[in-house]
Amino acid sequence: MSSTPQNPIDRSFGGTRVKRGMATMLKGGVIMDVVTPEQARIAEDAGAVAVMALERVPADIRAQGGVSRMSDPDMIQGIIDTVSIPVMAKARIGHFVEAQVLQSLGVDYIDESEVLSPADYENHIDKHAFTVPFVCGATNLGEALRRLTEGAAMIRSKGEAGTGDVSNATTHMRKIRSQMGRLTTLSEDELYVAAKELQAPYELVAEVARTGELPVVLFTAGGIATPADAAMMMQLGAQGVFVGSGIFKSGNPAQRAAAIVKATTFYDDPSVIAEVSRGLGEAMVGINVPDIPVPHRLSERGW
Amino acid sequence: MSAPRVGVLALQGDVREHVEALRAVGAEAVLVRRASELESVSALVIPGGESTVMARLARVFGLFVPLQQRIAAGLPVLGTCAGMILLADSILDPAADGEGVPQESLGGLDVAVRRNAFGRQVESFEADLLIAEDPRPVRAVFIRAPRVERAGPGVEVLASVGEHPVAVRQGSLLATAFHPESAGELRFHRALVAQL
Repeated sequence: MSSTPQNPIDRSFGGTRVKRGMATMLKGGVIMDVVTPEQARIAEDAGAVAVMALERVPADIRAQGGVSRMSDPDMIQGIIDTVSIPVMAKARIGHFVEAQVLQSLGVDYIDESEVLSPADYENHIDKHAFTVPFVCGATNLGEALRRLTEGAAMIRSKGEAGTGDVSNATTHMRKIRSQMGRLTTLSEDELYVAAKELQAPYELVAEVARTGELPVVLFTAGGIATPADAAMMMQLGAQGVFVGSGIFKSGNPAQRAAAIVKATTFYDDPSVIAEVSRGLGEAMVGINVPDIPVPHRLSERGW
Repeated sequence: MSAPRVGVLALQGDVREHVEALRAVGAEAVLVRRASELESVSALVIPGGESTVMARLARVFGLFVPLQQRIAAGLPVLGTCAGMILLADSILDPAADGEGVPQESLGGLDVAVRRNAFGRQVESFEADLLIAEDPRPVRAVFIRAPRVERAGPGVEVLASVGEHPVAVRQGSLLATAFHPESAGELRFHRALVAQL
């Protein structure tokens, strides 16, 4: 034992590896929206890999309207104190002070989210300025790469939150993956124009062209309501799943939450997905995305 | 000689990073989600992730007891972060479910660990870490990391932060509180495969 080196070490906080690494530990998992400590406990029990603390789930934000903001610090603190898994919370797009507040509360990840009302219609938050990592939504590859340029350490496809309609989640995931696939087929001299078209930095575009992947973890979000939805998104290339309204707006949240967790792990095994889908009770009622006027679609927020 | 088959417990976590590390040290990496897949491997990596989620899924899908049996029978295992927690005989601050039942660990390693011992994500860090009998430091990535707070007499401490062990070995079991797989560090994977 005497040969064990002592390490009075020089710690480096908030570096890229630590921020992006946190998201890699969430892979294959389900992150669940919760609005109370009791819901957070149910989510943790069901096998959530993290919870997203917010005041209203997207379905209620949609139903009630009005300006939607960062949650009350007391409510976030209550959830942090209740669970041992990571706690995420949402800040409005561009609202860097909400992000500062969330960081000071000790949340583990900030979602700069289109589900809340944007605070800035031109600029997103400069996420490099923070120690806490950020996840951001994207509907296409260019948007994802712009968020990475600003310092995001994780991307989720946006889908259409609060609908229970998975169609936009599939659209956005397919779009991001097909755009990445296309980049890998281009010759090097074509990447300059590709960068221009994607409105993203050349270096990041070249990196994606080389690897065929984002340099960060890619989750799915926005409309996932059933185990089969989650498994389909995983088969389409998501590395994990955010479920918002789909759990606590359903008939039996604990059972549905556990079922979605299992379906996410065994996303490629239809017999498991069938088994966990039995007798789940009512899914959230939902809204078809085409019935929502375009200006009211949350995925249109962010640029 | 054919490449040794090494499993990566693939219920949740940074599975792919470990698969890549294992391939880089010449092993054939196999994803393990079922008992039948566990039978086919001669060593195992338990990745980083959420220990609560992995323990629960292992229980639900009938992998928990087979894992304990293989570990007891001497299966070489490398556990990183959540993997260290799952290998520990004792968890000092386990999560409890709605009925107050504490989270389970597989056990095998005679240590008591504390989860999230360095704090929340804003306290996560990386650092150069000196390890026993090796002049080259490890670039160690600690993410909401655990640490060992009590180690039995049979446990060899390979590295510590302050007075707390963060890399340990006991028999065929090797565990780190940090993530060698996040920084391209291959020595721990090599040590696992060298046992085969």
